[in-house]
Amino acid sequence: MSVLVFAEAINNKYKKSSLEVVNYGAKLASSQGSNVIVLTNASADAAAELGKYGAQKVLNFESDSLHDNKMLSQIISDVANSHNADTVILSDNSKGKSLAGRIAIKLDAAAVSSATTLPNLEDGFVVQKSLFSGKAIGHYQMKASKKVITVAGNSIGLEEMGQPVAAEAFDASAYNATVEMVETKRVEGTVPLPEAELVVSAGRGMKGPENWGIIEDLAKTLGATTACSRPVADTGWRPHHEHVGQTGIAIKPNLYIAIGISGAIQHLAGVNHSKTIVVINKDPEAPFFKAADYGIVADLFDVVPRLTEALQKFKAS
Amino acid sequence: MNLLVCISKTPETTAKIAFKENDTQFDTDGVQFIMNPYDEWYALVRAIELKEQLGTGKVIAINVGPPSNDIVIRKALAIGADEAVRVNGEEKSATFVSKQIANYAKENNIDIVFLGKETIDYNGSLVGGMISELLDVPFLSYASNLEMEGDTATVTCDIEGGEEILKVKTPFVISAAKGLAEQRIPNMRGIMMAKRKPLVVIDPVEVTENEAIASYSIPDSKSGVKLLDPENMDELVRLLHEEAKVI
Repeated sequence: MSVLVFAEAINNKYKKSSLEVVNYGAKLASSQGSNVIVLTNASADAAAELGKYGAQKVLNFESDSLHDNKMLSQIISDVANSHNADTVILSDNSKGKSLAGRIAIKLDAAAVSSATTLPNLEDGFVVQKSLFSGKAIGHYQMKASKKVITVAGNSIGLEEMGQPVAAEAFDASAYNATVEMVETKRVEGTVPLPEAELVVSAGRGMKGPENWGIIEDLAKTLGATTACSRPVADTGWRPHHEHVGQTGIAIKPNLYIAIGISGAIQHLAGVNHSKTIVVINKDPEAPFFKAADYGIVADLFDVVPRLTEALQKFKAS
Repeated sequence: MNLLVCISKTPETTAKIAFKENDTQFDTDGVQFIMNPYDEWYALVRAIELKEQLGTGKVIAINVGPPSNDIVIRKALAIGADEAVRVNGEEKSATFVSKQIANYAKENNIDIVFLGKETIDYNGSLVGGMISELLDVPFLSYASNLEMEGDTATVTCDIEGGEEILKVKTPFVISAAKGLAEQRIPNMRGIMMAKRKPLVVIDPVEVTENEAIASYSIPDSKSGVKLLDPENMDELVRLLHEEAKVI
């Protein structure tokens, strides 16, 4: 038996979330006494690096386009079958979650998305997953002999645990796409919100879009991505792709700085998994303070430029 | 065109989440239920819009669940679905729900299956992929735009930090993200008409349970906020660096 990981590459580069699934697969295999195989869409050179994160065998096929989950799920399932893999590990992103359901049906496997822990093998095969937008945790017993898991980012940490391994080419030329790619657009420059480690977010307390300069200065100094609350996106002060919360993007950065956001339950649901939360609000009764690690009760227009200045000093030292 | 919209019932967003029976069951006592927002605001409305644009076809809302779900299904009819189906079973897992819906779709000549990108309770995002696989059709996930021309759809799918524009022919499954449509509020006429629209109840097909929630727990809450002096931002920077170790 073995564990199969699919590690997604973009232009022969791996995001942290792709390396984390390799780590997850390697740790699971080691606790089961099985081995881990990684399938990846990158050049042999780029793919070899996955050995550093625990891959024991790497199969690569070169493709920049993973837009057809019907075709890709067939490739992954075929590799799982031919390599006797009983567990398939995927990233918990738009691609991984779309693949997971398909692969679970193909393999008649148990499926859990957004797992936050390694499986507990003491009492069957139990993984945890966050439910109700972070208000609860579900402990899933995966009963079928085959399993499909997508692993939530920033869940188990990332460590180097091996040496590069020579990738073996996997021939994917016989697979045909059923969906035609017209165009891929990527936001250039800043780190996209779902992957950002540092996020500076602002809400209605900003009073108007013309005041966002201090937020951008702070984000730039920190190397952070900017975000906003729903009312701010709905009134058009900020673009919709910045909206974090239950009906926007759910994020889990290392640091979330909330400025002038009261902390409605729907907003908290999308950000309460952040490792450290700083809240700046002039209303000491703002519900957000209850979810915060550090709080500053003050006028944001005074305190934000002061924080930027303190950070500049810190970065320069 | 026959458009099938999967609708799910979820606790309202501010509902208090608690468990009973030794933390093995969700305690629904006092919980208000709503139609899952992604299903209602985007998937259902886009299907209705599409039917209006084409001037032909029908929109069927499908739900898997007990008779108490009928109130949510009637709302889908009030918003504009033409007919509804409820599979009379407990919506216990993504696999169970997917197999019921795929089974109905296969027998009813469905061109497009719509659903929300996730439910706001179990946050699984697995049902769309499962239905697609059971029907052996393409799956366009996290869609924020859909345009049809004949049997060809051009779909914008959200991906991390960008989007993909894809072309696909019917039949297919599409999961709706924010932007796919504008929310519609049912009007009085819609609510009255909903009462006369057909709501068919069918029996579920049997499904082997591959996974189950053994228990629930509540995450540890924050130990309490540390309030800092607004005049001393150097202290916050020091704490973020030395204590929280995030910068």
